[in-house]
Amino acid sequence: MTAHQAAPDDRPPLRGVRGALGVSLAGAGSAEPAAAPVRGSRGRHAGPAVSPPGAAAHRAAMAGRVRRGLAACRAYPTATAGGVIIVAMAAFCFLGPLVYHTDQTHVFLSQANLGPRSGHLFGTDGDGQDELGRLMKGGQVSLELAAIAGILAALLGSLWGAVAGYLGGVADAVMMRVVDAAIAIPAVVLLLLLMSIYQPSTALLVVVIAATSWLSTARLVRAEAVTLRIREYVQAAVVMGGGSLRIILRHIAPNAVGTIVVNVTFQIANAILILATLSFLGLGVQFPSLDWGDMIAGAAQTISDGYWWEILAPGVAITLVVAAFAMLGDGLRDAFAADGYDVTQAASDSVRPVTDQGEL
Amino acid sequence: MTAYLARRVLQAVAVVLLVTLIVFGLIRLAPGGAAVGVLGSGSAHQQFLVEYLTWLGHVLTGNLGRSLRLNESVGALLAASLPRTLVLAGLSTLIALLIAVPVGLIQAVRRNSAIDHVLRGLTYLLYGAPPFVLGLLLILYLAVDAHIFGAEGPQAPGIGGFITDPRDLTLPVATLTLVTIAIFARYMRSSALDSLGQEYVEAARARGGREGRVVVSHVLRNSLVPVVTLLGLSLPQIVGGALVVEILFNIQGMGWQIWQAAVNHDFPVTLGFTLVIGVAAALGSMLADIGYAVLDPRVRTWQP
Repeated sequence: MTAHQAAPDDRPPLRGVRGALGVSLAGAGSAEPAAAPVRGSRGRHAGPAVSPPGAAAHRAAMAGRVRRGLAACRAYPTATAGGVIIVAMAAFCFLGPLVYHTDQTHVFLSQANLGPRSGHLFGTDGDGQDELGRLMKGGQVSLELAAIAGILAALLGSLWGAVAGYLGGVADAVMMRVVDAAIAIPAVVLLLLLMSIYQPSTALLVVVIAATSWLSTARLVRAEAVTLRIREYVQAAVVMGGGSLRIILRHIAPNAVGTIVVNVTFQIANAILILATLSFLGLGVQFPSLDWGDMIAGAAQTISDGYWWEILAPGVAITLVVAAFAMLGDGLRDAFAADGYDVTQAASDSVRPVTDQGEL
Repeated sequence: MTAYLARRVLQAVAVVLLVTLIVFGLIRLAPGGAAVGVLGSGSAHQQFLVEYLTWLGHVLTGNLGRSLRLNESVGALLAASLPRTLVLAGLSTLIALLIAVPVGLIQAVRRNSAIDHVLRGLTYLLYGAPPFVLGLLLILYLAVDAHIFGAEGPQAPGIGGFITDPRDLTLPVATLTLVTIAIFARYMRSSALDSLGQEYVEAARARGGREGRVVVSHVLRNSLVPVVTLLGLSLPQIVGGALVVEILFNIQGMGWQIWQAAVNHDFPVTLGFTLVIGVAAALGSMLADIGYAVLDPRVRTWQP
């Protein structure tokens, strides 16, 4: 890679995710977490080097783990801030309605379009329903659908990219040209087309969003797979007679986990934006279900009346959550990079490295 | 260089053909008489390949079909709407670059300073804000409340009236500019950071070059190369943003036409426009790669 490789921030080395996951107990007692060379090949394989006998030792180990986690949070404030915002927003949407009860089924025309006041902190919308309650209800739909679509897209893209990168040759060229072609058509245009061809439904919405957004992940994971393919352990697995599927699932995909995890966050951010855009255009979630995009679409109808709270509340909610996912992704990428993973440029930049062109 | 050029052009041809195949596949997916509407009667019984080649022949001779709804050919609709989108997207991208490049450069040079953190935070927020939210807020505060700008794009029939209407053109351009800044500023920052770590920057400093001069003539110049080629690659993103902005501000550009056609099941129009955008994006991506290879000789000799 030339100038395209995104430079990771200058973080202290080896204080990232593996340290936070408690790979080795070497630094358990010291304030400097996991500063020693990291033991164990993968985070998930590596438990404590020696099983600590007794409950006291267990507590000490837990405390060390917590300390390391906090240290990792300090080392990556961007990721931490993103994570905190996401957790807070999810709690607001899913736990909020348990505390803050609102009537989301009846229309109260006498209460329509009231500005923020006591009793309606965020005001009411055109149907006289409490904006704060709707924000929670809409957020549930936005977050749920976007999470499913984003994870689906990342999985699909990872599989496609891993297969293309591992197989190489003609298969790789054909598979990546398909990605090139599909990425040339703007996702919004493709979504408009698909949603106008089929009757909109929630399941279809999720599938269609995933089907139009897996492409960037495929490119990044493919770039990773190309470099993994020639590693000794993969070659060894080939020589031992391992099938292609087994090698891709057991050796390529787990070792591209840094790229894949970072991509999941960006895919979810992207899915929230796309879902909101589709709903805003009237092709997203259908009545009576609603998401943040629907709320803004409703408010846009009466924009000349200046009901700012009806646009600001869902608008800020979308912006915050998407920005938080992007921050989490950027931070995770830095953390993985500091841990020695070779994380390919994240989807946030969504530009393929020029040198990444396969043979035709 | 010739070999690289030949390979890249061949790739682009393959990609363009695949784009036509995807668009054609969508025609076939469409229910009802969509395929017949686009391809002419009698098509229903033909083989896929025969149909595809016939359609490709029409497209290659510039015949994109006729709208099912308006008494116009798709080509005429395209000619009417393309200039508006070009002006909107072109102006916004230009202004966005003029803002994002210095912003990214300052962030990289003053890395981890207060100004870097503030600008990074702003870039994240711009990245997170959907275009229609930015546009609606601009309309709300600058058009509805303050009456400074129009709440709608220019409604003059010709492109001349479109350009010469700064009162109505400002908000759509501002919205798309804000969206586009988010793409470029993040990229410029990492690109400039990358340049800053290179040996030629160190060498220039060692020769006693003043810091400002080093930054401008070494860091800026070298980090601009990938950013300028990013233009070619981000065409689909910019067109996607323009689509939302056009719908929001009621500008009869390409995005607005696609939306109208999609909502009204006017398949020849949606597919014709999609095809044109897809092909343009594939060519833009090719030009970006070739431009990069011209500017940076390392790419040409790089072997995967």
